[in-house]
Amino acid sequence: MNRLDKFRESFLWYSFKRDKVAIASLIVLMVLFLAAIFAPLIAPYNPYDPEMIDIMNSEIPPAWEEEGVAEFLLGTDSQGRDMLSTMIYGMRISIIIGLGAVALQAILGVLIGLFAGYHGGRLDAFFMRAADVQLSFSYLMVAIFMSAILQAVVGVAKFGEIAIPFLVLVIGLSQWPQYARTVRASVLAERKKEYVEAARVAGFTSSRIILDQIFPNTLSPILVLSTIQVANAVMSEAALSFLGLGMPIDRPSLGSLINSGFELIFSGAWWITALPGLLLVILVLSINMLGDFLRDVFNPKLYKG
Amino acid sequence: MIAFMIRRLFQALIVIFIISVIGFAIKQSVGDPVRELTGISVSEEERDEFREKLGLNDPWFVQYGRFFGDAIQGDLGTSFFYKRPATEVILEKAPATLELVLVSSLIILFFSVPLGVFSAIKPDSLFSRALMGSSIVGVSIPVFLTAIMMVYLFSIKLGWLPSFGRGELVMLGGWGTGLLTVDGWLHILMPSIALSSIMLPLFIRLIRSEMMEVLESEYIKYAWAKGLSHRRVWFVHAFKNTLLPVITVGGVQLGVTIAFTILTETVFQWQGLGFMFMEAVERSDAPLLVAYLMFVGIVMVGVNTIVDLIYGLVNPTIRIAGVK
Repeated sequence: MNRLDKFRESFLWYSFKRDKVAIASLIVLMVLFLAAIFAPLIAPYNPYDPEMIDIMNSEIPPAWEEEGVAEFLLGTDSQGRDMLSTMIYGMRISIIIGLGAVALQAILGVLIGLFAGYHGGRLDAFFMRAADVQLSFSYLMVAIFMSAILQAVVGVAKFGEIAIPFLVLVIGLSQWPQYARTVRASVLAERKKEYVEAARVAGFTSSRIILDQIFPNTLSPILVLSTIQVANAVMSEAALSFLGLGMPIDRPSLGSLINSGFELIFSGAWWITALPGLLLVILVLSINMLGDFLRDVFNPKLYKG
Repeated sequence: MIAFMIRRLFQALIVIFIISVIGFAIKQSVGDPVRELTGISVSEEERDEFREKLGLNDPWFVQYGRFFGDAIQGDLGTSFFYKRPATEVILEKAPATLELVLVSSLIILFFSVPLGVFSAIKPDSLFSRALMGSSIVGVSIPVFLTAIMMVYLFSIKLGWLPSFGRGELVMLGGWGTGLLTVDGWLHILMPSIALSSIMLPLFIRLIRSEMMEVLESEYIKYAWAKGLSHRRVWFVHAFKNTLLPVITVGGVQLGVTIAFTILTETVFQWQGLGFMFMEAVERSDAPLLVAYLMFVGIVMVGVNTIVDLIYGLVNPTIRIAGVK
């Protein structure tokens, strides 16, 4: 039986077919991801190309409003960039940072969780206390502090150049405890099982037991957690950019677009804030819905809070 | 219990020590105090002299020792911008943030408990399902977006509520409170609702899932078998045990709430600690940044330690499990 058939007969596929909300969220998410990947092909304008931006076109409302023009379907922002294109590119940045940050925190958290959980002792106690403390400060707080300090150290202009890798690092480092705790909890449960003992008797090295034997059995909680964490990372990025600690305005993410529009909302230009905001909510919501569905299917015990 | 308390307090001290080291490191790397204090029109020799006088040429551990000694006495340096002790600025701004957190905690408490309990005892009712559905939408909307949309709707379109500031304040000693005037309440309404909007769905879901778990337990079945009234089983037997995990999570969520005050205060230009922090970041005001970090760190460690101690008091198993 090949893998596809195996997947078709799995409980995951069975429940997925019957869950309309999950199907809808996956479709929405696919559309958004495809739009982000193929942004240069889909977007009507290139928001990074100064040639295509005319300041005279600034703050044009969406096409359906009275003063809108058909040229700019969703209107333009304060610098005269087409909103639709800027939003697609912005979402691309938000998704890149979100996925990058989750990859980083997953690698860190899973390795720490696996090795600390399997070996126990001082190392384990140290990392778990560190995780506790960091969680008590909340990941957003840690991320805000880290970016605020780095921005103060390197200066705003230089910060703009390294913003993407930096945000990946900050959000990744601020959220590893969730992974470490979840993985550690399942390692503690797996460690006592007979197959681990058998592997130990067979003389496997401990890193081989951890990576080859135990790790595959911790995958389903990791999968569930990862979905929620992508949503969290995207939200954190938006919050940091909104505070001016994230993406600069010449390469805006959804958060920095919302921030740039906020100053103009008092003059009635609601679309610069509301439209990227709506896109952000749709993106995060569909990821969260999918995460909820996966959690119901796998039902792992995730760390609360 | 005493061993547990001592261990917990010792941990808290270590964490505060680490925070102070981080704070010191920031102070060393952000901004140049000599330039901030003297301006540009001072000669190189005078600066060197000044640097020597301030003790900036001492080895770092001597400087750290001085920093820590001052910090213990409540002296966290002088803000570059305000030209006043950072502690003083913090204490002046703290009431605004505390009031915001207080009002939004009350909102969370008043709504999450009845809604969470209701959706746990009647999980299949239409209302509960609508509530669960809307709660996942609720956690997916960023706080600052909720806040901005509220400003747009209630301040700009309808003109009902003020969009920024704290309104009329009444001074009670050193505490400027907005909770004693109608104007103050009008100003705090939107920020506190915005702040509670992300936490409320979380708490409703938490209370619901805890309560449902408790309702499945043996002693509740026994209570039913005894023929106790619905109300008694739900509110006296089940609800009491639901509260325990809610307290701990509540303690953890305080950190999240403080992080979100930064966002909320930025939107509403609420003159509290979060707004001050963002201003300090923009101005590279290192002493104030460090003072904020230390203040928040100590408050957070304090609250978490107290929550843990309370939890240890009400739930003895945690004490025993903690012993190695």
